[in-house]
Amino acid sequence: MAETNKNKGLIASILGLPNDDPKKTIIVAFLLCLVCSILVSASAVVLKPKQIENKQADIKKNILAVTGLLDESSDVNTIFEQFEVKIVDLETGEYSDIDPESYDQRKASGDPAQSIKLSQQQDIANISRRANLAKIYLLKEDDKIKRLVLPIHGYGLWSTLYGFVSLESDFNTIGGLQFYSHAETPGLGGEVDNPKWRKQWQGKKIFNDAGELEIEVIRGHVDFQVEGSEHKVDGLSGATLTSRGVSNLVNFWLGDDGFGPYLKKMSEAEK
Amino acid sequence: MANAIKSSVVDPLIDNNPITLQVLGVCSALAVTTNMTAALIMSIALTTVTAFSSAMISSIRNHIPSSIRIIVQMTIIASLVIIVDQLLKAYAYDASKQLSVFVGLIITNCIVLGRAEAFAMKNPPVLSFFDGIGNGLGYSLILMIVAFFRELLGTGKLFGHVVIPVANEGGWYMPNGLMLLPPSAFFVIGLIIWLVRSVKREQIESADYQIHQVHRTEVL
Repeated sequence: MAETNKNKGLIASILGLPNDDPKKTIIVAFLLCLVCSILVSASAVVLKPKQIENKQADIKKNILAVTGLLDESSDVNTIFEQFEVKIVDLETGEYSDIDPESYDQRKASGDPAQSIKLSQQQDIANISRRANLAKIYLLKEDDKIKRLVLPIHGYGLWSTLYGFVSLESDFNTIGGLQFYSHAETPGLGGEVDNPKWRKQWQGKKIFNDAGELEIEVIRGHVDFQVEGSEHKVDGLSGATLTSRGVSNLVNFWLGDDGFGPYLKKMSEAEK
Repeated sequence: MANAIKSSVVDPLIDNNPITLQVLGVCSALAVTTNMTAALIMSIALTTVTAFSSAMISSIRNHIPSSIRIIVQMTIIASLVIIVDQLLKAYAYDASKQLSVFVGLIITNCIVLGRAEAFAMKNPPVLSFFDGIGNGLGYSLILMIVAFFRELLGTGKLFGHVVIPVANEGGWYMPNGLMLLPPSAFFVIGLIIWLVRSVKREQIESADYQIHQVHRTEVL
């Protein structure tokens, strides 16, 4: 009882202080920060599971979209179950038996034990470190791979673009390309989200007849009369640097330091 | 009291609208009005933040030291904005992705701080709460009108549903691409201000400076 009285006395004496008293200024600032930080952290903690769920559903949705399976009317999770999730060792191109559920490629890219530092020449996508393992998604039909979805990322103009590229069963034809997270200028670089532009990627070939990597985002429009147009995509007007970034990151991830070894292995097995 | 509440909600709709009369909060009005869904979510977010921040600031107004007044107001507003942002990320993920940074930028929206400083610091919490609601609705009204014209003329859609079939998809309407760019919101807001002020002439401000003719004889 005495305790509460004493407390009351303390609060009353603080409230009773004149507003311009430095003591009161500090106390008010401190209490306000305390209350606000509790509110903010409580909301962040309580809502976190729901937000993670949303993020994962969004990634699944993007994987479906990049393979053309997205169907607004049915549940994302049920369609997604057709996919087989695998972990690939990028160095050797072999599957790794790590549990795909627990592996986070983005986190691994920052961990020196699970990633390699890229030299300036290797690092065309401007990502500085590359994880040793990558999480990929396979769509199979009668035990044969029908579609392959590979995660890609790299630097554009302002931000790192994260997305997926899907390949058809020949491991050469692009089925689609989509970014799920970026912060490029809306209307310019942000047009990487434009369905019309994304559609151009469909059917492009990543390797030329000699088996060399040849895929590029060019400036301006692709002339379909000229040879090699199946390796080229229109640049985004007003977004030269973003276009270049996309071109580089696709080249990096499909090249020798990315999924190159894996793709080579797969297409050889196919033959 | 009931009258005061009513007028604090109704006044900011047209007579004392934060956008058309005070010309505040124009930044987000340009940014999020390309489609009506985004504008609606932004409106709800801003109205919520303005109402609750005004109520909270008003309830402690007698104990806010004037030397740290603005910081206290900003802290409260910023906390509320973060909470709203977290809620959107949890329950309206697609919309929050679309609005991206603009939810966070509510912190710097002049309407919120303007109401806190001009109204909530001098009035009781309940009245301040409704003043926040009123100003939020005034902002929302303009946002929805601007978004209506921009989405309809820019894409032929409303809330994402096709209203006018556009030429690209076999319709007859050639969408006006300018309406999707931020400057078009300036035109639409300008036209709204013109319309409101030609009906309510008392809103016209007197000119700051009058150019008067100088006669040749005076110069000599």
